[in-house]
Amino acid sequence: MAKGKLTFADIDVSVNVPAGTRVIEVSEKVGAGIIYGCREGDCGTCLMKVEEGMENLSEPTVLEDKVLKENMAGKDMRCACQAQIIGEGEVKIKPA
Amino acid sequence: MSSTFASKPPEEIAPGVNWIGAFDPDLRTFDLILKTANGTTYNAYAIQGAEGVAIIDTVKEAFAEQFFARLEAVTTYDAITAVVLNHLELDHAGALPELMRRAPQAHIYVSQRGLKLLQATLKDELANYHYTLTDDGDTLDLGGRTVKFVLTPYLHWPETKCSFLVEDRILFSCDVFGAHFCDERLYNDLVGDFRFSFEYYFKHIMRPFKKWVLQAMDKIEPLAPLMIAPSHGPILRERPMDYVKSYRTLSGSHLPNELSAREKSLLIFYMSAYGATADMARSVYEGASSIEGVRVSLYDLQGGEVEPFVDLIEGADGMIFGSPTINGDAVKPIWDLLASLVAIDTRGKIGAAFGSFGWSGEAVPMIEDRLRGLKMRVPEKGKRIKFHPTEQELDDCRQYGQAIAELLAGKARPKVIDFAEL
Repeated sequence: MAKGKLTFADIDVSVNVPAGTRVIEVSEKVGAGIIYGCREGDCGTCLMKVEEGMENLSEPTVLEDKVLKENMAGKDMRCACQAQIIGEGEVKIKPA
Repeated sequence: MSSTFASKPPEEIAPGVNWIGAFDPDLRTFDLILKTANGTTYNAYAIQGAEGVAIIDTVKEAFAEQFFARLEAVTTYDAITAVVLNHLELDHAGALPELMRRAPQAHIYVSQRGLKLLQATLKDELANYHYTLTDDGDTLDLGGRTVKFVLTPYLHWPETKCSFLVEDRILFSCDVFGAHFCDERLYNDLVGDFRFSFEYYFKHIMRPFKKWVLQAMDKIEPLAPLMIAPSHGPILRERPMDYVKSYRTLSGSHLPNELSAREKSLLIFYMSAYGATADMARSVYEGASSIEGVRVSLYDLQGGEVEPFVDLIEGADGMIFGSPTINGDAVKPIWDLLASLVAIDTRGKIGAAFGSFGWSGEAVPMIEDRLRGLKMRVPEKGKRIKFHPTEQELDDCRQYGQAIAELLAGKARPKVIDFAEL
């Protein structure tokens, strides 16, 4: 199975993850600083900044897009509960 | 007693500005969590301008009758041009659906983050009305009177704002500077002694958001309001700035800080039935204490009460909780402490758990889940040991404490791990 590399810049921890893994499935287990609220893409609590590899994340759904707009999120931001790592590339993130 | 409250007429707090709220003198428990010895008020206001009337907030639905009676005594529904919603919790927006049915031409003003709550309050009826999403500093012109919006996020919800009547320098602060205190004399210089209620309200509503409170005071102080009109309790017309100052003081630390700026504080709490979890606690303590720059404290929960520990945790950078597993659960004093942390800000603090067990050891993962629920970081997998620890296991505990302290001290080494190891 294809594996991507997800790096949490705030704690300097990288995890090799299977394609399709959501950030939320990893970040709490490694103790990264991203904070979660509703966990279903509605509240915007888990906004994260994507420092590298935005192209290696799944496209935002209509719902996530709406939440990003409501929270006036920048182009380099995503909801950690929604974004999935796709393919074999690297993604570097930190709390927004 | 209630009937005299209900019949009190509106109160003109400034020329053309009326209190049109409601009294709830029989309330003893608010929102399931706050006690009040003499009820509360739901304060709403009407501002008359040359070109229209603005209603500032409404009341809890059950008290709508009082609100509408007072509103009708100062204006007509046709004259209402604006409905300003500072906060959309039901004790302030409960009468909104009926108000909008009576004044459908009124334009609603709500902060951007309040839109979802507005939709949830008015449901399909929202399509019948006009609304504006306000940003910090936006104004509403009522004709000779200007309402300026001051966003105060997290005081105490993400969408909360205050509204400032510029010419009269009256701050409609909603829950900020509020108190659950019911007294028909309304003003702070006339009502009974409400100091306790004011501080109690802060402690239970605003305390988890101290950082945001300080940011909001930075915005409010330059306005130098001559009167603060909150949504609960007395209207602060005498020495209003004293209450602003009080919010600053209350947002400081409960305890003097003994740590230097470069030192991190790590607290270890434990309970032990047979001494095994206590042995683990001492080893975790020894390991953590070996890391320079981290001040470690060890507490047996059997010897303490919850409230002082909550104060300590508020100022700490990391916490480790040790509990044996009894009947498949952590022990009650641990839960009592963890349940009380809702009153403070624990976001981003480092948390960890350990404990001895006999059969299944659920306590540790249950504590870890609670710590994550409190938005804390749990970077190391909890340490569980069956019955009494061996020397090797005590050494593991030392390393565990050391790893947590290293993280706190910023000495953790970069790591690459595989998903399967998590």
